[in-house]
Amino acid sequence: MAVPTTGPPHPSAPAHPAVEAVEAVEADHSSAVSTAPLDPAEMARRIREDAVRMAGGPEGAHVGGSLSCADLMAVLHAQLLRPGDSFVLSKGHAAPALYSVLVQLGRLPAEELDGYTRPGSRLFGHPSHDLPGVEFATGSLGHGLGLSVGLAIAEQLRGGDRHVYTVLGDGELQEGSVWEAALLAGHRKLPGLVAAVDRNGLQITGGTEGCVGLEPLDAKFAAFGWEARIVDGHDLSALHEALQPSPAGPVAVIARTVKGRGVPFLEGRVAGHYAKLKPDLVRRGLAALGQPVAGGTS
Amino acid sequence: MSRTPTVPPAAADSVTTGQPAGQDPQPVLGPDPRAAYREALLELAAADPRVICLDSDTGGLEKTFGKQFPDRYVNVGIAEANLMTVAAGLARRGFIPYVHTMATFATMRAGEFLKLDVVGNRLPVRVIATHGGLAAAHFGTSHFALEDLAVTRALADLAVVVPGDPRQVGAATHQLHELPGPGYLRLGRSATPVPPGPAPEFRLGRARVLREGADVTLVAAGPLPLLFALEAAGELAAGGIEAQVLDLHTLHPLDREGLLTACRGRAGVVTVEEHRPQGGLGDAVAEVVSAELALPMRRLAVRGRPGLRVAGQRAALEQLGVSTGAVVDAARHLHARTTAVR
Repeated sequence: MAVPTTGPPHPSAPAHPAVEAVEAVEADHSSAVSTAPLDPAEMARRIREDAVRMAGGPEGAHVGGSLSCADLMAVLHAQLLRPGDSFVLSKGHAAPALYSVLVQLGRLPAEELDGYTRPGSRLFGHPSHDLPGVEFATGSLGHGLGLSVGLAIAEQLRGGDRHVYTVLGDGELQEGSVWEAALLAGHRKLPGLVAAVDRNGLQITGGTEGCVGLEPLDAKFAAFGWEARIVDGHDLSALHEALQPSPAGPVAVIARTVKGRGVPFLEGRVAGHYAKLKPDLVRRGLAALGQPVAGGTS
Repeated sequence: MSRTPTVPPAAADSVTTGQPAGQDPQPVLGPDPRAAYREALLELAAADPRVICLDSDTGGLEKTFGKQFPDRYVNVGIAEANLMTVAAGLARRGFIPYVHTMATFATMRAGEFLKLDVVGNRLPVRVIATHGGLAAAHFGTSHFALEDLAVTRALADLAVVVPGDPRQVGAATHQLHELPGPGYLRLGRSATPVPPGPAPEFRLGRARVLREGADVTLVAAGPLPLLFALEAAGELAAGGIEAQVLDLHTLHPLDREGLLTACRGRAGVVTVEEHRPQGGLGDAVAEVVSAELALPMRRLAVRGRPGLRVAGQRAALEQLGVSTGAVVDAARHLHARTTAVR
């Protein structure tokens, strides 16, 4: 028997005895249910349109961070997540992006987006686990990676090869619990775990580096036992390649993004973190998104 | 939507005499509660492959559970927030995680992770919280857990159990395992005295009468409070006051009928707990009693700041106002007051 403190069970170990016992709970938690091929560029464009519309609602929205992770979300949900795989939106304030994805995957009726943060709607400013395709309520930062590590350990124990993806904000990395989870994931060499950081460089009060700096971020993850990859977070094909899981251990994808990406008056703007857009700005934003958003970032 | 943990409903048999009135128990040292718990956990793990042990480097589990079930022992390190989130992830995939840390860390440091990830999803995680109350009195203020019951009771969807007799820890562990939702088991650190004779039967969610008495009611939770209540009942009997002693080991869901039956017709109710007065046993009892009965209450709990000098668990608790003598005084006061009114 393996000594428990030295790492995970041997990869060739038989499936964990709990596997059969727990198969019953393999309900359809994953948001990855689409069988038709989806175009990530089209999915990202619709995420951005929906986010801008939601920011025009009565309470506004976390629009900047929803726009910055749109390409990341699109590649994950249109191309990478397979049935049985898991997804946790650790940066729960990017709920508009998630809601748009759920609509595009057929998990939510499109008209529900109009209710975002309105009385009677189930679309809160941060996602509830009562929604189809959402396993955990998030929005309190610093929870998603630990939850994902728990999911990945369960998969490791059962000897399966289902993947676990999570999307974190960069400001969120200031939460200590993220690093507790990162240490454990690296120690257990969790295969199939991919943590993507939406590295847009901004948080409420300004730049992340001016608040509590994160760089060198790839070196930090690498030092914790992760494979760290830096990628242009708006280059769909580069994202597709970078987000591939590794059988050797956890992968951190540092996706360099632009906050507010795709809407010129929000791009790189601290004020775009949370905005309530007047109707004319919604129109301007939607007009700007009428053109496909091409790759490449600063 | 009812989110009360599912346990058998309270019934009339929750009133059972364990100790005849007038007989003073002579306490002897009971078993180590943590050892009793570990034994039960090993039994559960052997019978149920869903059981997984999550340790936060507490010491001891690696030599017992870790040796016997190495593939179901995960030491997350000294990281209590992560302990709760990882447990939630595992529970979501069908495991029944037993998480281990001290009561103050489980509820205060990791409290929000317990709230959002475990209780918020009603996942079957069992939080094994040792060093409850002043059980780690010699460790100092960082290790006192005098707020954990307020936190766990406030979470509402969490079963909260405080065994008053360490011989019941095994039964409590086994019965908590059967719940579909989350549970919190508050344990001490080392052996405490127990009354002689066999341990009363433990039934989750059912308060147990340990002594019958028609004059006043003493309600206690936890080993030392229960011991104080039993000792006080003996002293009171010598002075002609018969006290009903109730072990209210399950704070949530609370045995309302058992509690009301034990209090009805008495001169008053004294609660005894190893916790601050806010949010603990006294508040739980007052919530029920004040709604149904016109009875005065005295709530004995830890008031003021723990001292700056080292003291043992019992001495520290006594210095902070929870003692056999304090229970006797409170009960006599209630009894005299009611007698004067009559």
